[in-house]
Amino acid sequence: MAQGLTAARLAERRQREAARARTPLQLAWRQLKRYKLALVSGGVLIAAYTIMLLAEFVAPYPLDFSDRSLFYAPPVGVHLIDAHGRWHVRPFVYAYRLVDPDLRVYGPDLSRTYDIHFFVRGFPYRLLWILPADVHLMGVDPPARLFLLGSDQFGRDLLSRMVFGSRVSLMIGILVVLITFPIGLIMGGLAGYYGRIIDNLIMRAVEVLAAFPTFYLLLTLASVLPATLSSAVRLFMIAGVFSLVGWGGLARIIRGLVLSIRELEFVQGARAAGLNDLRVIVRHILPSTTSYVIVAATLTIPGVILGESGLSFLGLGVQEPGTSWGLLLAQAQSVDVLTQFPWLLYPGLAIVLVILAYNFLGDGIRDAFDPRQRST
Amino acid sequence: MIRYILRRLLLLGPLLLGITFISWAAIQLAPGSGDYFQSLVLQYPQISPSTIAALRAQFGMDQPPWIQYLRWLWSILHLNFGLSFAYNVPVSWLIGSRALNTLLLSVTSLVAAWAIAIPLGIYSAVHQYSVVDGLLSAAAFVAISVPSFFSALLLLYAAYWTHLLPLQGLTSVNYDSLSWWGKVLDVCWHLVLPTVALGVFSVGGLMRYMRTNLLDVLRQEYVQTARAKGVSERRVIFRHAVRNAINPLVTLFGFELGGLLSGAAFVENVLGYPGLGRLILEAVLKKDVFVVMGSLLLGSVLLILGNLTADILLAYVDPRIRYE
Repeated sequence: MAQGLTAARLAERRQREAARARTPLQLAWRQLKRYKLALVSGGVLIAAYTIMLLAEFVAPYPLDFSDRSLFYAPPVGVHLIDAHGRWHVRPFVYAYRLVDPDLRVYGPDLSRTYDIHFFVRGFPYRLLWILPADVHLMGVDPPARLFLLGSDQFGRDLLSRMVFGSRVSLMIGILVVLITFPIGLIMGGLAGYYGRIIDNLIMRAVEVLAAFPTFYLLLTLASVLPATLSSAVRLFMIAGVFSLVGWGGLARIIRGLVLSIRELEFVQGARAAGLNDLRVIVRHILPSTTSYVIVAATLTIPGVILGESGLSFLGLGVQEPGTSWGLLLAQAQSVDVLTQFPWLLYPGLAIVLVILAYNFLGDGIRDAFDPRQRST
Repeated sequence: MIRYILRRLLLLGPLLLGITFISWAAIQLAPGSGDYFQSLVLQYPQISPSTIAALRAQFGMDQPPWIQYLRWLWSILHLNFGLSFAYNVPVSWLIGSRALNTLLLSVTSLVAAWAIAIPLGIYSAVHQYSVVDGLLSAAAFVAISVPSFFSALLLLYAAYWTHLLPLQGLTSVNYDSLSWWGKVLDVCWHLVLPTVALGVFSVGGLMRYMRTNLLDVLRQEYVQTARAKGVSERRVIFRHAVRNAINPLVTLFGFELGGLLSGAAFVENVLGYPGLGRLILEAVLKKDVFVVMGSLLLGSVLLILGNLTADILLAYVDPRIRYE
């Protein structure tokens, strides 16, 4: 009896929840929670963006740090057992010892252990560009170096540079979406709403843009950027170049959607109520494309990240001493360097991981918005 | 059908006009672009002043920008793409052979990708939710997430340690002394690495499309009918379902080609392959402007022709589609 009552109460609660979650976004979120892989990917991305925001705290060394005597040093080994077979409570590293100066072969200097300290004081910085701080996640005392992923040709810590490089690699996707999507939405909205000459003009422009192999055009436009720009300005300019090339595809699809939406009653109603055209487009028509836009944005970002790393890889994106994953990977371009110092490939793994996460998440979101995939 | 192709070719005119305009405008945006030739004298002292004066007159560099554009357009109509400053030869010589190489690489990647992706996609769909299907789907996701420059680097690394494949270029050092057949084999041998590096990305995408399409088709009623009347499962899948599932992939052909042309730019640079993508990068860095404009133009023409081929192929394989 009591059990039946609880079951009834549970069913009632479920019904109430179902009634409450009615907006498409809420429905999609409920659906998305079933895709474990998409959720894991979302977690990976949140972690990556958190590390990006706290770059100075996470990175063991500052961006401009270099130890010229330790170039092309392999990843340092983290140990718990020392050379005498004794266990240590703290993980420790050995200092580097140059074994062969000609081939740049390093070995550990076993004479002394250096404990890894956590929450250690180091170079000063401003957390989130505001809070002055000097605490770092981890560090070791010199002369040992905490090159967890090895060092590059100038003796710079690869891990630190990857952490700082994530600022460019992770931000550019969002930046481009923030610029491209308003342009694509407005252009597509105008073309679909007005039709005739405006539609023709915009769509012909889109066709011409689509006729170029995208990367050739990116390459040409990026090369036009003056070399003297500061890295922040350059980042914005590159984002601008991507947007210039990329708004067309979105505009074309939005136009198609708008063509069908503008015939619906609520749009006719808004026009009959005497709203001006821009307001009808922006406030009444475009919101109906939300679910498509969210999916498209999630799937646009990895493409942009790929494009930026490609440009930087070829030397046309971010410039030294700035850093991005593509630029770091460019160091591994020659066969000799690549085969002798394979740890320089790690930035490529970071790119793959982030793009993979975005693709999984985007796929999950697309399914979540798709009513055909929706189960009750 | 012929009328449709003719109409498409007619529409190419305005499209090409737009493409030339953007190719030209992209270069014009460069700071101090008003006078390429003055800056070129600094970069390439070997160019004689008389050549510069002649080029100046030929391309009307003393004229206002829009007249310059019209003159460039006029010389293109006569298939004169100008001179490359870095190589001191006509641009058409350079981009012709490079474009062929890039086309070769793109086509081999495309063929390899289709040959691998379609059977895998069919297997995945037929064995939906099996362990192999799960593994293949995961592999496909990884494949579409690996940038082509990274896959090229990884392959380079593997090839170096295994000594199985040539690392760089399209031909061996002794290419000129080889017999006709030996030359073909040599090029094929050199094509393996770039083809794999470029094709990985496409395989992932195509496989997923094939799987989804086939799953859709297998749910259709005519498939049930075929099964109900006792057609063997093998025949149901290959004669009835797969044929219809492949059609949408043909539309992807043009899209794929665009991606391959872009991706080829990276593979060519990492693997030292003499293609259009590497040429345009070198030209862009050297500000060899006529080569850049010519490559942009030719790359677009390749892409447009690829799209046209895809549309014609689609009409050929799918009798429901009639272009009128």
